[in-house]
Amino acid sequence: MSLEIKDLHAQIPGREILKGLNLTINPGEVHAIMGPNGSGKSTLSKVLCGHSDYEVTSGEVLLDGQNILDMAVDARSRAGLFLAFQYPHEIPGVSNANFLRASLKARLPKGEDIDAVKFYKQLYSRMDALEMDRSFTSRSVNEGFSGGEKKRNEILQLMMLEPKYAILDETDSGLDIDALKIVSRGVNAMRSENRGFLVITHYQRLLNYIQPDIVHVLKDGRIVKTGGKELSLELEEKGYDWVHEEPLAAAA
Amino acid sequence: MPTLAPAPQTSSMSSEAAPVAAPPAGLEIIAPAREKSAAPAWFLEKSAAAWSNFQSLPVPGLKDEAWRYSNAKKIALSTYQPTAAANEHIEAEAVAASEGLAETAARFVFVNDRLVVAETARLPAGVICLPFEEALQSQAALLQQHFMQREMTLGSAKFAALHLAHVRAGLVILVPKGIAIEQPIEVFHWIAAEHAAIFPHTLIVTEDNADVTVVDHYRTWKAETGLSLAVADLVAGKGSRIRYIACQELGEKAQAMHLSSTVTARDAQVKNFQVQLGAEFSRSESVSDLLGEGSHSDMLSVALPTGDQIVDQRTLQNHKAPHATSDLLYKNALYGKSRSIFSGLITVDKEAHFTDAYQTCRNLLNSDEAEATSLPGLEINADQVKCSHGATSGPISDEELFYLKARGITDGESRKLIVEGFLADALAKLGNGPIADMVVSRIHEKLIQAV
Repeated sequence: MSLEIKDLHAQIPGREILKGLNLTINPGEVHAIMGPNGSGKSTLSKVLCGHSDYEVTSGEVLLDGQNILDMAVDARSRAGLFLAFQYPHEIPGVSNANFLRASLKARLPKGEDIDAVKFYKQLYSRMDALEMDRSFTSRSVNEGFSGGEKKRNEILQLMMLEPKYAILDETDSGLDIDALKIVSRGVNAMRSENRGFLVITHYQRLLNYIQPDIVHVLKDGRIVKTGGKELSLELEEKGYDWVHEEPLAAAA
Repeated sequence: MPTLAPAPQTSSMSSEAAPVAAPPAGLEIIAPAREKSAAPAWFLEKSAAAWSNFQSLPVPGLKDEAWRYSNAKKIALSTYQPTAAANEHIEAEAVAASEGLAETAARFVFVNDRLVVAETARLPAGVICLPFEEALQSQAALLQQHFMQREMTLGSAKFAALHLAHVRAGLVILVPKGIAIEQPIEVFHWIAAEHAAIFPHTLIVTEDNADVTVVDHYRTWKAETGLSLAVADLVAGKGSRIRYIACQELGEKAQAMHLSSTVTARDAQVKNFQVQLGAEFSRSESVSDLLGEGSHSDMLSVALPTGDQIVDQRTLQNHKAPHATSDLLYKNALYGKSRSIFSGLITVDKEAHFTDAYQTCRNLLNSDEAEATSLPGLEINADQVKCSHGATSGPISDEELFYLKARGITDGESRKLIVEGFLADALAKLGNGPIADMVVSRIHEKLIQAV
């Protein structure tokens, strides 16, 4: 049982972005991926979810043994993969509650519906944990939300969908320190021995609040260094330039 | 990706140039049959004049600005005939199928323009709410003052004349001063024979501070073809409120025209909501004449054309008094090879200062082959006005779709959610309640078929 990324190559027309990426996330682990702009961090998250802008040219991604690269976007989600978007989209006219209900209903056998009372009870307790006002249930998905509200809404979805593996794509970007604390608290509450996390970030700051077990450095489409959480502090201090100087890293 | 004003379809060009004209037939030549006893002399005269007016007016051509991108020949008059009464069995079936609102103040069912059900017991005392033919006998003054008194300026004068010549069904409503009818008045108009034409009329007059809601349903029963040529006159007195909903769900090979005219006195508020779901060709014309200071007109529409359906919408917001406001929001979600044409104009007269007038038409294209044309327009002759118009057309955003699918929602469900969301702001103008629920469920039903 794990999320295994094996020798993953992916491209947009004319440019390869992921160049043989290997990574295994076991349930219970929190992995952080750090890297400079353009290293392929966000591409990785989108490729894992099946975004049509990217073409996988080789490699495989196994979710608990099942290759998900042949699966449609929605099927990957139902299989247990979750992406907290860096830039969550606005869906005008679709209320947050209806959106979440549709997401949960999609996981039930055809014809079955969710228990509305139970749903709202669960929704409200999780919104309380994220300090989200109840009015967010009836507001259109992300429409008119501040940057911080959008990120909280992503974590709310994470909490409601309870995925096996969650990818957080630069969840800290655009957050002030208070929002960062609330969001991190939500994520930490979801840490469990049954769930793996991949936290993608440009800044070490987030990792003070969501403490990773393992830190990877992504550069030019490959993981070039892996270490413990102290690695993130080193990166914060020295930047990314020194990493490639380690000759063994590229071969790892 | 806004698309504007594509060239007229070649298919419609060729039908215009059809070389051999068939001899006139159907509604083109079948004179309305009216029994002398059925109507007062003044009306028979008016109706006869309308018939000759209809005969002398040409069918609008493709060069007619009011029919740009559309085609009046889509209304194939020669293939239709005035309806005969349906048999009792068919009538009973149509009545049984007339499921709408659970609670109404009054409820009417017309089948082939014949009154089959009239429930009026729940109306407040003093309200006049009569089937058209009955009103002809007893409400001459009301009809002479308000029935089809506004000029049809949006291109369908010929069809309005045909309506006047044949009209026998529909309602005449007068809500006296200060009376608010809490529950809606609901009317079903059924076409229940092939090639049948119906001419339903709705006249609503509200006196000072009166309040009424009327829902017209247009449907076909066990027939594919048919023409509904409906006219609605909405005359709102001082401080009064009219909410009018026209819900067109005719069969897929039927044709529909709905011509409505709104007049607002001082501080009156009128909401005219058009729902266009059925018919192969559906044209709505809505004129709002804002005559009273401080009056307000909401013009709303939701259409969901699929297959080869054509939705043709013409509107006029005519500001003639200061401090009046109008708000138009038309939403079209197109599928298949369907087309929509929206042409809207706001005019602000010289003396209509402090006008607020808005006009928005949005089209969501759910297929590469669907086509939406928008022709918004403004004519402002006063100072200190706030006016805006906007029209957009575009497909569902890939990123929106990806976002929903990334939460496990299937492609079909995601598209349905996005379309429902797209229509939501127009539907929200119906408020919360049974009417909004009814309209949403009709749209939802069509949406399930469309996706």
